[in-house]
Order: sequence, then C-alpha cells, then structure tokens
Amino acid sequence: MDAAGVAASLRESGGVRVVAGGTKLGWGRPIEAPELSVAELDAIVEHNEGDLTAILQAGVPVATARAAFASAGQMLALDPPDDGATIGGVVATGDSGPLRHRYGAPRDLVLGVQVALPDGSLARAGSKVIKNVAGYDLAKLMTGAFGTLGVVTEVSLRLHPAPREWLTVVVRSDDPRALATAAAELTHRPLEADRLDLRWEDGAGAVLVQLCGPSARERAARIDGEVVEDDDELWAAQRAGQRGPVVLRVSTTQQGLADVLATANEHGALCVARAAHGLAWLRFESADAELIAALRARLGACVLLDAPAELRRAVDPWGPLTAEPLMRRIKARFDPHDILNPGLLLR
Amino acid sequence: MDGGRQLIEALRRICGDANVVTEHHALRTYESDGLLQYAAVPRAAVLPGTGDEVAAVVRACHEAGVPWVARGSGSGLSGGALPIEDGILVVLSRLRRILEVDLANQRVVCEPGVTNIAISAAVGPSHFYPPDPSSQIVCSIGGNEAENSGGAHCFKYGFTTNYVCGLEVVLPDGSVMTLGGKELDLPGYDLCGVFVGSEGTLGVATKITVRVVPTPESVRTLVAFFDSPGHAGHAVSAIVSAGMVPGAIEMMDNLSIGASEQMAGAGWPLDAGAALLVELDGPQSECDARFDEVRALCEQAGSNEVRVARDDAERQVFWKMRKAAFPAMGRVSPHYYVQDSVIPRTALSTVLDRIAELASEYDLQVGNVFHAGDGNLHPLVCYDGHTEGEAERAEELAGQIVLACVEAGGSITGEHGVGVDKKRYMPKMFSEADLDAFQKLRCAFDPDGLANPGKVMPTPRLCGEVPGPYREHPLEKAGLAERF
Repeated sequence: MDAAGVAASLRESGGVRVVAGGTKLGWGRPIEAPELSVAELDAIVEHNEGDLTAILQAGVPVATARAAFASAGQMLALDPPDDGATIGGVVATGDSGPLRHRYGAPRDLVLGVQVALPDGSLARAGSKVIKNVAGYDLAKLMTGAFGTLGVVTEVSLRLHPAPREWLTVVVRSDDPRALATAAAELTHRPLEADRLDLRWEDGAGAVLVQLCGPSARERAARIDGEVVEDDDELWAAQRAGQRGPVVLRVSTTQQGLADVLATANEHGALCVARAAHGLAWLRFESADAELIAALRARLGACVLLDAPAELRRAVDPWGPLTAEPLMRRIKARFDPHDILNPGLLLR
Repeated sequence: MDGGRQLIEALRRICGDANVVTEHHALRTYESDGLLQYAAVPRAAVLPGTGDEVAAVVRACHEAGVPWVARGSGSGLSGGALPIEDGILVVLSRLRRILEVDLANQRVVCEPGVTNIAISAAVGPSHFYPPDPSSQIVCSIGGNEAENSGGAHCFKYGFTTNYVCGLEVVLPDGSVMTLGGKELDLPGYDLCGVFVGSEGTLGVATKITVRVVPTPESVRTLVAFFDSPGHAGHAVSAIVSAGMVPGAIEMMDNLSIGASEQMAGAGWPLDAGAALLVELDGPQSECDARFDEVRALCEQAGSNEVRVARDDAERQVFWKMRKAAFPAMGRVSPHYYVQDSVIPRTALSTVLDRIAELASEYDLQVGNVFHAGDGNLHPLVCYDGHTEGEAERAEELAGQIVLACVEAGGSITGEHGVGVDKKRYMPKMFSEADLDAFQKLRCAFDPDGLANPGKVMPTPRLCGEVPGPYREHPLEKAGLAERF
C-alpha cells in the first residue's frame, strides 16, 4: 500500500493500531485495534549529499538509513536503541539515543513530514531545506504524537557530517551525588562533545564523554578520566539501558539528575541519562503501581515506556499532561472519531 | 463596530488610561512593523504590564468578538505585526523582565518584551543564547518565538524553536496554558514546538523559557573575496563537504559590499564579486586545526584574497559589514524590498543565474546577501518608489525570485515568516490538503479566528464545528475494517 492508499484506508476505518518496525508496541496504554502497517513504505526517496538532507519513507529502518548515509561520510544523528526501529516509529515516538546530546531529538532533525490524516487526505508540512518557517510546524506536532493525530508516511531530515575520529573519556565514581556534580561540571564546559551521558549500575557509575574531530585527544587530556579508544561497546550499553522489563523515562533538569541517580542506587535500578538535557531512563526488573507513583512524587514527570501490559493498565503510563485540554482540542480537529491508536495517549 | 466603546473602556480598566492609545496620530507609531510596505491603524493599541493583564485584554477582545494582533519590538520583516483596522494591537514592550536566570540548569525564563541580546547578556560570559537575528539589539524574544527567528549562527546552532522549551501562553479565548517547561520531552504533544513560529495566530506567549549553552572557547573569523558568488558558493560546498560545520558562513555580493562599505568602512575591495565571511567557533585546538583547512579550501575555490580577523575588534568590523547590509542598501537605492527565500545549497549557482536573468528582464538591481550555509537568500530588490510603476515592478520581480526558489526545491521564507507579505505564495509551496491540515491546527487554538487573522494563510477560512464524538463506522460494523 502506498502513502495515498494509507490515507484512503483511514477514511473508511473504524480504528487502527499504526505499526512499522513493531519495536515499541509495548509503550502507552494497551489498545486493541486492527493493525495498519507502514513497513512496506521503505524507500530512501532522496539523499541529497551536497545539501546534507534526505527524504525517507516511514518504514525505512534507521539502521539501513544510517548505513546508506555512512557511505557518503554522513550520518543521521539519531541513535535510539532497537536496530529494527524504523524512522517512522522513531519520529512518531520521539525516541532518541546518546547522540541527542549534540544533535538534538527527532523534533530537531525532522525538516518536514507527509502524513495521512483520518479524513483521507495526505498532507505535507515543512520542507526539505534545513531552514524554513513557512506554514505551521506540523512536523513537530506529529513528532512524538505516537501516531494519534496522523500516520507519518514520509519524513525529510537533516543529516550531519560523520565524525572521522573519536574517543570516549570515562569518569567514574561510586557516589551518585559526586557523579552528578562531575557531570554538571563537564556539561558547563565548552567541550563540544558529541555524546555526554551518565550511567549508574550496581552501586557504581560513570560519566561518559565522547569527543570527535582532529583535536579529540587533546581535549580529552583536559578531563581527569580514563580514555577509551574503542568505545562502541560503551555506547551500545548506554542505548541498551533504555530498554528492559520496566523502563521509566524521567524528564528533569540537570540538577534533578542527582536525585535520579540516588533513586537508582536505592532501588538497585539501572540508570542511563543525558547529562546536559536532564533526561534519564530508569530500568527495573519489575515494578508495581505503588513504585511508579512514589517515583513520580519524588522525581516529577516520568513516562512508563517498556512495561508489562497489566502494569500499563494499572497506572497511567503518561502521568499528568500539561495543557491536556488543548491536546484534546487538537485531537478533536485532526482525529474527530478517535480512530488513530485510540486510547493509547488520550482516553 | 458594536461594543467597540465598551471594549476600549474595558481595556482602560485592565491596563490604566495611560496604557491605552486611541488617538489617531499616536496610533500611527504602530501602523507598520519592519516591513513598511504595509500600514494599517488599529482601533486602539494597548500596553499591558503583566501576563495577567495580557490575559484580561485577550479575554475582553474575545467577549467583544474583536480581533487582535500582538506586537513585540515591531522589527519583523513580513508584516506579522501589521495591525488590523478596527482591531486591537497588544503591544508587549512593557513586559520586559527577565524572571529567572537558572544557570545551573541552563535555562532563562523571561517575559516576551525582553530583547534577544539581553538574554545572552544575562548569562554571559560563560553562556549564551545562540539564535542571533541581525536585529538582536532591538528585537524581542516574544517576536523571535512567534516567528521562529534564525540568524547568522543558525547553521551550526539551530533556530529559536530548538531553544524554546517552555511557554506560558494566552489562548484566543483568554485562557492561560503552560506548554512544555524547563524539562524536555514532557509527555503528550509537543505544543511548544507547534506554538513557536505560529506568527501570533494561535495565541500570545507571556512567559518564555529558553535553553542557553556554554560559550565557545575560541572564535576565528575570516573573510575571503571571490570574483563571483558562484565561486564563493563552491568554497561553501567544499567546506561543508570536508565535514565542517562553521558557526556561520555568510555571503555578500558586489552591490551589498559596496553599500555596506559606505556604512561600516571595513576597507573591503569594492571590485570583489563576492565576500564570504566564515566563522569557526568551538574548542581552541579544534578551531585552529580547522581554520587552516577553511583558508586552504577558499583559496582552492579561487579566492584571490583572504583576510583573517586579528582580534575581536576586527571581527566586529567584519560582522558590521554583514549586519549593515540591509540598512546600507538604503544608501544606494531609495527603496528596496527584502526577500527571505531558501534553496537547497547545491542549487545556489543555478538560482543566482536565474535571479540575475530576472533582474535584467525587469531592469532593476538586485543585491544579494545570504546565510550561505543553510541556503537562506536575502535578495534585496532595489527600486525607486517615486518612479511610476517601479514599486509594482519590484514586487513582481521579488515574486518571481520566490517562485524560482520554490521550484528549486526550497521555501518561500527561511526566518522572516509568512505574515501578510508572503501568504499569497503559500499555494506555490503547499497543496490544498496541506493548507487544510494547517487550518485544523489553527481552529483547535482559535476557533473564532481572532488572533492575528489575515496572516499566514493565503485566503480567509472559517472553522467548522468539531465533528461529534466517536461513532462506529458502518464498515466497521460490517467487519470490513478488519482487512488491514
């Protein structure tokens, strides 16, 4: 089915579960609806090397796209976990990995979208150039909306030059507060790191700073830590830490991360965090509604990502939404009969 | 208008007599923004002093069914803050307090009337706020937020939308909502991302939370001169292909060099076909290593002279040349019309040739100033408004340039916004289905069409009722919906 077919099918639909790679179907409220897959939309439509932009259909696996761009010395600076994840799914969920530190989230890299809407239309917003303010930024509206306002069928993206040399400096501590302080200090230095993460596991932790470019070694020498040349495994582990039996994504501030690390330590949870952005992922082997409520009371906004369906029924996986009435007004205009992932985000 | 007098009275009660302007001669101060081709005198201009007053003003307008337009410093270049006759102009220049500098978390919370430069000043020298429109000493952060402003350093650092993470907004019904916050990735729709750049048509921001970042350790700036913009364009491609992301890459053509030279007096060669200003910033060692590479690439692309700024004073002179380009054009032409189109960078030569062709066809001069890294062109169409028909010819030429850029795969506006100026070009870039989708969003925020009507969308549209609640579709009843 092509994009126009996806749009046409929505007009007659009584409700669909939108899927592509199927790697994040366990997020949000559990829902029952026939699947509408965009996995077949898997063409790299354009790779404009000289412009550092690309247009991908929604079903293109991110790993496939990254490999294609790598051959031109370029990269799509999105490295969320799950190699089977598609660009459509990553954009729809707003998922990101350690490269977010320097390059931003999907919202920052998406230049334009094509979406199939419940009224059967196929609409575009944005453009394929890296600078554009014409029209409303529906690309940002669709990014992270979990397919509840439209089905993303195509995405245009900004690419970046791929680094040619890199290394990672690891600063270790077994005191969560001291580690958070070390991360904060590094965050406020003009290091121009590509990745700057925190990790806490089994009573010990580390700050990981990835430096790229010809002067990486020289810059690394100014940080008091261990230099790791072959750092692939370190970063694979950071990405993997964002998945598990029960994973909560915490939105806090840089200063709030100290409390998140301390919480991980107290509960024996694994924590992976983006130090500069105040974003953390807490991974538990198991959890109940009481624990989630206690974590929200202590840490603020926590979204339950990976979790057994019964837990996602027992607690609201999203927690309180700011400006919820406005979100409902938008949902009512775009999807008045609630056919797109019904109940997954707004009930 | 019925009830107009009562509305003015209500505004006086909310903001005080001194802050409600109704005299025609005083209102003329506000008749245009930075785009002087359009002018309209509103029924009244009101200058609220707090966010609560803004909400009360908007609520009063809503109750009276009177449209309103928000205005910051009035430096916008697309007529976004052009008043509506019979409408109310809400001037935000009294809301100019920085409410919180939370340096530990790299956030600043401020009112919309705060100037762009004041934010960097509040967090410097250790940190700065990257988006830097050329008007940054006067333009307000509220205006930047509404227009999603760019600037010279956006190629590396991104735009306003990449830095605004939280907003307090007044919706057109007068209700107050918080969108986003100091934290990122809060659950639900990215309403902050949707609101930024909506050109005042979805509501008005009364509090803005922005991200600030560490100031780069080192800045190195050079200017390279070329025979033509085409040659300079090759240097840009070579620099980008080499994997570099300079803080800024700006280009000026011969006409704009000549104009700026009269104002900034940097001593640049008046016979140069193009000047390329390249700035690298970042860690000292990285900058130094890359800087020699940039210089070599410029020379390889045919630059006949490269000047390196020896100190910050000279760097400021280089930038003055670039930032003076718009006002300086007034010295070589009685009037000019600024365009803001974007093209894929690789189409630069083709589009420049096309612009030159069009200029000679219309017998008008066109100066060119670009943010070359991101393909954002600012063609300056020169004309003499006192010569009959020349203004119309200039406008038509400007329109042809916009179309050439859209045909090359670009956009009608990169940073100035659609406003009133470019709304007629919207159908060249967007289909009817695209515009319908935009309208869905607008109706969700402003079903009565009171916030800055007549801007952005090419033709006036009304909002229908929201369709009723969920009904089971006949096909679903029949089991046909199972076919996916």
